[in-house]
Amino acid sequence: MVERRPWLDILAHVILLCGVALVAFPLYVTFVASTQTAQEVASAPMSLVPGPHIIENYTRALTNAGVGNMLYVSLIMALVIAIGKIAISLLSAFAVVYFRFPGRMFFFWMIFVTLMLPVEVRIAPTYKVIADLGMLNSYAGLTLPLIASATATFLFRQFFLTVPDELVEAARIDGASPMRFFRDVLLPLSRTSIAALFVIQFIYGWNQYLWPLLITTKEDMYPVVIGIKRMISGGDSVTEWNITMATALLAMIPPVLVVIFMQKWFVKGLVDTEK
Amino acid sequence: MATLSFRNVKKTYAGNVAVIHGIDVDVKDGEFIVIVGPSGCGKSTLMRMVAGLETVSSGEILIDDKVVNNLEPAERDIAMVFQNYALYPHMSVFDNMAYGLKIRKFPKEDIRKRVEDAAKILELDKLLDRRPRQLSGGQRQRVAMGRAIVREPKVFLFDEPLSNLDAKLRVAMRLEIMKLHRRLDTTSLYVTHDQVEAMTLAHRMIVMNQGVPEQIGTPMEVFEKPASIFVAGFIGSPPMNLITVSTSADGKVTTQDGVALQIPADQVPANVRGHSVILGIRPEHITLNSPGIPAEVEMIETLGSEQLLHARCGQSSVVVRCATSLLASTPFKPGDQVQLGTDGQHALHWFNPETGRRVE
Repeated sequence: MVERRPWLDILAHVILLCGVALVAFPLYVTFVASTQTAQEVASAPMSLVPGPHIIENYTRALTNAGVGNMLYVSLIMALVIAIGKIAISLLSAFAVVYFRFPGRMFFFWMIFVTLMLPVEVRIAPTYKVIADLGMLNSYAGLTLPLIASATATFLFRQFFLTVPDELVEAARIDGASPMRFFRDVLLPLSRTSIAALFVIQFIYGWNQYLWPLLITTKEDMYPVVIGIKRMISGGDSVTEWNITMATALLAMIPPVLVVIFMQKWFVKGLVDTEK
Repeated sequence: MATLSFRNVKKTYAGNVAVIHGIDVDVKDGEFIVIVGPSGCGKSTLMRMVAGLETVSSGEILIDDKVVNNLEPAERDIAMVFQNYALYPHMSVFDNMAYGLKIRKFPKEDIRKRVEDAAKILELDKLLDRRPRQLSGGQRQRVAMGRAIVREPKVFLFDEPLSNLDAKLRVAMRLEIMKLHRRLDTTSLYVTHDQVEAMTLAHRMIVMNQGVPEQIGTPMEVFEKPASIFVAGFIGSPPMNLITVSTSADGKVTTQDGVALQIPADQVPANVRGHSVILGIRPEHITLNSPGIPAEVEMIETLGSEQLLHARCGQSSVVVRCATSLLASTPFKPGDQVQLGTDGQHALHWFNPETGRRVE
């Protein structure tokens, strides 16, 4: 790509700008809608200039509509899923790569096979298990079935396989026990992969819709994604679009923050590893 | 300070693949032993068995008269320098050297002192805060050695420590290792495939071939009296000339092509007479233009102060190493006939063609 043609640059920029507009415009509309009164949003055509009701709408969303609690539920759920998944995956990948135990490859393949079984496929039996265990309407019920998945285990296994054998041997000669080696050498080396996985898994957990929809029946256990859906009432009652849009924007903030703050690590983790 | 002994040590991998066929050596306290051999001869396996990274199939390894076969690497009081250094990439130089001490719960002050002392010896004192990737190859190598010496182990193990360095640095580090050993006087085992490293560093060397120790001896013993054809061809550069000959009962030597060699009968030992044997002559022990092996010059290689003259006598090729000044006064060109004489001071080497062993 050493060619330099001005018109190619211009074309590329025009295409990129179109793309940005395509993504950004709905977001802008959401924002504008969240600053107007319900009547203004409902009137056609809707004004594309932000209105004066921003503070009022957001306060109402956070207090009256219970979005504050929903955000809290979502946050706990996303954090537990992300951290739980990473912790379990790191340990199981460590076991599969560094220990020789009977049925090692069998277990590895069992883990691998679960890659093919996302929550949606096994949703009915999983629901039955969680219901029988009395975990409906609880954080355990919301998170446990989503923690058990092999993606991260597989990724960490691949990463551990690239760590040179001599490091293990050097640690053994230095007198490090297996868990000490795990803590002092493997964990620091996996830092960037952990960060990248945290971002992915946090957003995965935050965006869960189908599973919480099934197992939560109480208002105070709704994550925010469900909350948004419930605000859009069908039939006769009026949907308060301004509040719904404010909620949607609020629901976007945590994932955006996670991505922004962990972006550097995220990119590092996906492209290179410190070895 | 320790002795190290091998008692009929063997290694067999699953499926009955024997890689080491039985080694008996006693390493004295403070001795520097170099294991040398071509790749795949089992030299690294042998060292890894001492380190405890490979199990011993049969026989015993003793450190300070204590059998260590079933001890964990950490319990054997050894330290190892790896070929690719195996430094912890996320730790500073200081932490890399201190890690083993920290695990052994040495007091903080003691750790600091030991690491700083080692760093001073290895001239790493200004680099203690760096990460391994900010260091050059030679510096990494020194950190790897520092990690070994801070623990003051009974035995040092070096697994081809210089083979990742460029030629110039390798020579410099070789000297450093020699100095270090003179200073610390720790029993050391050093694996290499480089015969120059082996010759310069070793008190005694073990020449390995296909899992068998072909010869164990001081570098000069190995050079002057190679115990087998393999050793003769492996040690020395260029390798020893080996010519298949037959000898008559009265000491006349003829090549397999029927060319009579003019070798004085008193240089042909009695027990090789009347047999088919292999005659070995080192390239540097041949005198040009004195009666010996009649040959035809094929090619001349110039190495600077020395030249290598490649000649052919029937089916055998013979290399002569001589000073450039000598060839300048009597120039040769390919196709010339030349007499390659033995210089009389250095012994000729005789080997049994069936067993490959030396015949005296």
